[in-house]
Amino acid sequence: MKAALARLGSATLDSVGTLGRAALLLLRILEGQAEVARKPRLLLEQLFSVGVLTVLIVAVSGLFVGMVLSLQGYYVLSQFAAESTLGVMVAASLLRELGPVVTALLFAGRAGSALTAEIGLMKATEQLSGLEMMAVDPVRRVLAPRFLAGFLAMPLLAVLFSTLGVLGGWFVGVGLLGVDDGTWWGQMQARIDWSEDLGNGVVKSLVFGFVCTWIAVFRGYDCVPTSAGVSRATTRTVVHASLAVLGLDFVLTALMFR
Amino acid sequence: MEIAVGAFVAAGFVALFFLAMQVSNLGALDTSETYEVTARFDNIGSLKVKAPVTMAGVEVGRVSGIGFDQERYQAVVTLAIYERYDRIPDDTFAKILTAGLLGEQYVGLDPGGSETYLEQGDEIEITQSAMVLEEVIGQFIFGKAKEE
Amino acid sequence: MRESMSTAERREETDEPLVRIRDLHFRRGGRTIFEGVDMDIPRGRVTAIMGPSGTGKTTLLKLIGGQLAPDRGTIEVDGRNVHALSRRALYRLRTRMGMLFQSGALLTDLDVFENVAFPLREHTRLNEPMLRKLVLLKLEAVGLRGARHLMPAQLSGGMARRVALARAMALDPMMILYDEPFTGQDPISMGVLVKLIRRLNDAARLTSILVSHDVQETCAIADWVYVISDGKVIESGPPRRLLESGSEWTRQFMHGLPDGPVPFHYPAPDLERDLFGEAA
Repeated sequence: MKAALARLGSATLDSVGTLGRAALLLLRILEGQAEVARKPRLLLEQLFSVGVLTVLIVAVSGLFVGMVLSLQGYYVLSQFAAESTLGVMVAASLLRELGPVVTALLFAGRAGSALTAEIGLMKATEQLSGLEMMAVDPVRRVLAPRFLAGFLAMPLLAVLFSTLGVLGGWFVGVGLLGVDDGTWWGQMQARIDWSEDLGNGVVKSLVFGFVCTWIAVFRGYDCVPTSAGVSRATTRTVVHASLAVLGLDFVLTALMFR
Repeated sequence: MEIAVGAFVAAGFVALFFLAMQVSNLGALDTSETYEVTARFDNIGSLKVKAPVTMAGVEVGRVSGIGFDQERYQAVVTLAIYERYDRIPDDTFAKILTAGLLGEQYVGLDPGGSETYLEQGDEIEITQSAMVLEEVIGQFIFGKAKEE
Repeated sequence: MRESMSTAERREETDEPLVRIRDLHFRRGGRTIFEGVDMDIPRGRVTAIMGPSGTGKTTLLKLIGGQLAPDRGTIEVDGRNVHALSRRALYRLRTRMGMLFQSGALLTDLDVFENVAFPLREHTRLNEPMLRKLVLLKLEAVGLRGARHLMPAQLSGGMARRVALARAMALDPMMILYDEPFTGQDPISMGVLVKLIRRLNDAARLTSILVSHDVQETCAIADWVYVISDGKVIESGPPRRLLESGSEWTRQFMHGLPDGPVPFHYPAPDLERDLFGEAA
């Protein structure tokens, strides 16, 4: 009994310590943004590896999610003879929730894990140490550009997801299920508010981008510098980032959509 | 590689633009100047701020504020009418209607015959409150019971 | 001006030692790594720090470079206390130190040329033609000018270390720290590295600090050797003196004797009891 409590206590202390280290690292990363501004090439390279390479999975997922939404929504709405609101349903779900959240989860899995693995590997092969001894701050050089890239890429990816989702939904709803084209777009334009729905969705994806990239970059930097340590850190990134996204989504939704 | 990143960012902005214009109401947003008039109601039902104000079915303004008068226990609704509709008679009748059967509520204006027009700060005197579903059903049942 | 030394045994030095370690105490993870270590690293010489694996030799290099901070004691480099420096001053000091990591620690996404050019691009404003000449000269010094467009993944271990050495030399530092440079090398690469370390030290008037447990190679080029174990300096002196040392421990280490003060058998109960005693 006492041993279990002791373990719980030390686990809690460890978590608090980890949170502290993560916060301190974030401070250094934010300071390091000045360096990124001076060397935009670094940001460009990271936008490619974090943004461009994630586009494919985000686009395909968006398309299919939109199509499924439309399909499922039609079956339910047609029972109340409310098919005309299918467009609104698809667009609202995507812009407010699915766009930012699913994109963030995909990002955590693909780009987040890649970031953690890359940085962890640099730590394990002493490249980070090497940079330090060459009087180059690895936080500014390696972490800061990756963080900014993730933060900027996320809303772009989320918007791409939603767009393809709406188009996919349109294809299924109007193309396959026979909802009227004019009604689809007209109802949507009347009911979807640019600041309430689109704006809040973008804000969400910015928050998710911040948190996911922070976790990914921290886990890589903080990992045990062995191959087992790197793989553990990569797994943790995906799990923690996903949980954080879902938790934050609840909080943000409660705050935004009252 | 720069091209790919540029294309990515461009695609993102195009998508954002698409969503803003084609999907949301930004495309149809009216940013004209407005003048404000007030109207008092006994019951506004579920009327919300930003609900449309229509005349003959055409949107002529938006609800810009909802307040409560503690002296007369009435709702005070502020209507923002677009400047270009400046010939609304000051004996116009304002009522709260429901879009569709169970839809959102909005303010409908029926024109009066006065020669003077509404201006900033005027009040619409004649109003009809919202039809609250429960009351209607209650009346119906009450009426039915009375028949028996 | 330094007088040239005719024999490596002469310790008298007119200059102050470049690195001065006093009363160093360091613990990590519950283990005591250093317990009252004093060392002087003379300028312009190759100084070796030797000892069995796990005695914290790499840790010592990290302490000198300021990546770790001691629990007690001071480390002074060129007269300045490393751990009292501001971050900026520390980084400036590091530009005058070169470090060769055990694995080379080359940046994997840059080719050989770019790796060597990296510190120059970061810390100087040389124009491209000038930079190119410098990089090629450094690569020439380690014999790898022809390999300039290879990627680190394509290099053998020995070649990677030589590129790392060229990189460590890029800013013409006053001191180079070598972390186990001979470990896992084939005889030819070993020979090349040994020669390079000594030649570079003398040609560029560097101070080299060599951390290793390869007795033969190290003694071939070191001017002064410190032997550490259990967190303390056991003995120090020129290589020949240590090889002929009377101390049992030093003798076991230097000559690679399997048994002595460091026992062959890990502590275990009596053999007879283990084999024939009460059934477990």
